[in-house]
Amino acid sequence: MTMIVTRRTFLAGSAAATGALALGRPGRAFAADPLRVAFVYIGPIGDHGYTYAHDVGRKAMEAHFGDKVKVTYVENVPEGPDCERVIRQLATSGNQLIFSTSFGFMEATIKVANQFPKIKFEHATGFKRTPNLAIYNARFYEGRAVLGDIAGRMSKSGVAGYVASFPIPEVVMGINAFTLAAQKHNPNFKTKVIWVNTWYDPGKESDAAKALIDKGADILSQHTDSAAPLQVAESRGVYAFGQATDMTPYAPKAHLTAVVDQWANYYIDRVQKVMDGTWTSSDIWWGFKEGLVGLAPFNASMPADVKAAADKLKADISSGAVHPFTGPIRNQKGDIVYAAGQKATDEEMLKMNWYVAGVES
Amino acid sequence: MIDESIVHISSAVISASTPLLFAATGELIVERSGVLNLGVEGMMLMGAVTGFATTVTTGSPVLGILAAAAAGAALSLVFAVLTLTLMANQVATGLALTIFGIGISALLGSGFVGQPVPALPKLDIPVLSTLPVIGPVLFGQDGLVYLSVVMTAGSAWFLKRTHTGMKLRAIGESAQSAHSLGLPVIRMRYLATLYGGAAAGLGGAFLSLSYTPMWMEGMTSGRGWIALALVVFGSWRPWRVLAGAYLFGGVTILQLHAQGVVHLPAQVFSMLPYLATIAVLTAISAGPWRGRLTAPADLGKPFRPPV
Repeated sequence: MTMIVTRRTFLAGSAAATGALALGRPGRAFAADPLRVAFVYIGPIGDHGYTYAHDVGRKAMEAHFGDKVKVTYVENVPEGPDCERVIRQLATSGNQLIFSTSFGFMEATIKVANQFPKIKFEHATGFKRTPNLAIYNARFYEGRAVLGDIAGRMSKSGVAGYVASFPIPEVVMGINAFTLAAQKHNPNFKTKVIWVNTWYDPGKESDAAKALIDKGADILSQHTDSAAPLQVAESRGVYAFGQATDMTPYAPKAHLTAVVDQWANYYIDRVQKVMDGTWTSSDIWWGFKEGLVGLAPFNASMPADVKAAADKLKADISSGAVHPFTGPIRNQKGDIVYAAGQKATDEEMLKMNWYVAGVES
Repeated sequence: MIDESIVHISSAVISASTPLLFAATGELIVERSGVLNLGVEGMMLMGAVTGFATTVTTGSPVLGILAAAAAGAALSLVFAVLTLTLMANQVATGLALTIFGIGISALLGSGFVGQPVPALPKLDIPVLSTLPVIGPVLFGQDGLVYLSVVMTAGSAWFLKRTHTGMKLRAIGESAQSAHSLGLPVIRMRYLATLYGGAAAGLGGAFLSLSYTPMWMEGMTSGRGWIALALVVFGSWRPWRVLAGAYLFGGVTILQLHAQGVVHLPAQVFSMLPYLATIAVLTAISAGPWRGRLTAPADLGKPFRPPV
């Protein structure tokens, strides 16, 4: 069962719901009762990007457990005071496990989690944990390394364009992983970056994509959510990679593949743990290996050897044989940051605020 | 090579400016009649989704554009009935209109996400469009670009040179006085509001049919709000609003091209369009060209005809 609630009707009805709860003492959950799970989304599930991907995971989890869970989700929740009200309302209305899926929900989730120690909370992409608040994230840089590998083999000019959102570690890490992998095939490979300072603005993203092509890029990657850069790539005859979901319909010729967010396995695992009573506040950073990060099907026009190499790199990263951040790695000034064979630690990657040589931003 | 990048950059500037120009020239007429409609963003989205859906369904971009204008006007009619007939607060109603527009456009468009539509054909003007550089930039754009400039010129002419335009301005300055002179205050405000809605709808259609030919939820990304600001900074004058729209669009594109060449933090680049537009339009307003700069005196005030 799913209850679809919009933020507005939800807040309007919250006073009544709280009143009802105050009358009847909240009954203890019996084994036969469905587990009540809630999701808080930053965007609309129709964004065909980040929130859409979480919702695909939510649906898969629901299909997996059927009647054993009762799921609620609230979409379009802005980062700010509203999100705390939404999360608290979900907590008071009987949900036992609450996923808040945007970085900016962090402080509000912690605050509510401290007030409801018996309810379990999960916060995506954050870095603060409490006894009843777990955090989870995906190693998207692994996928971006495979994109870089493909770009290094497919680009004739040796210049990639990268439509980037904000200079935060998550984005910087992706740009670096992409560039390093491409340089394995073309040591002179360059990644030109244009920052649009937004996660979602189709017009601006398309303008940035056009500017990158004008600057000599013949393959585009993006860390923004709309399909507009792909459309530009299609019309200007260059290659491009999609974001978060398979964006082939927007650019049947240009779209080579995309890093796909696949949250389903994690959501199923966590709900199962709550049912079994084995849930603990963990800090998860899963990638290819656990199936949290995937790739969209390769474009048919990709040469077989490029496809095979991409599959192999994916398998090697998955098995741990290859780490995308293995030295020698130089920064933009040409200084060695990681010596040959040295690997970046998770902590270092999560704080990454410098660019590797070959990135032009 | 250089010629080619000038063409690319100039065309990108025109694309970035045109949706702002449509919405802002429309809102200018609305505000000159004394009505403040903050629902521009919502009306643009209605135009974007309706224009896209109609073009996909019928295969005719002309029908799509007409439907977009009609949809923007239809949404503004809701606003007009609430504020002009039922005397609701204009600010609150306008904000509600934006929220409503975001929601209803997402609902209407849910089946059209991911569908392709061919971009609007370029209307090459014979002979002129073959000129080097300025040919493709000035005479090789799609019809909506020309329409936006024609509408700006039309607004300027209408407000300054026509009898009806003068009546409209009088209503915006003092609805009471205009009413006592026998001018149809409510009727003219209705018409102005509908025109503003249609123009915002066209701006939305330009986004979904020409700029980025696709439909995605919330694809206006705040352009309606920038259009509202441009009307104020352009001190309610059509040509200044056009200058503001092109300045904003121009700096937006140029800062993208400057990245990687000029080394500044990314955040500074994203501030530039706003800073430049505010600085230049403030300078114009403070300079020797200063005319009447204040808002229409009755802007946002409800008018109830005395019985």
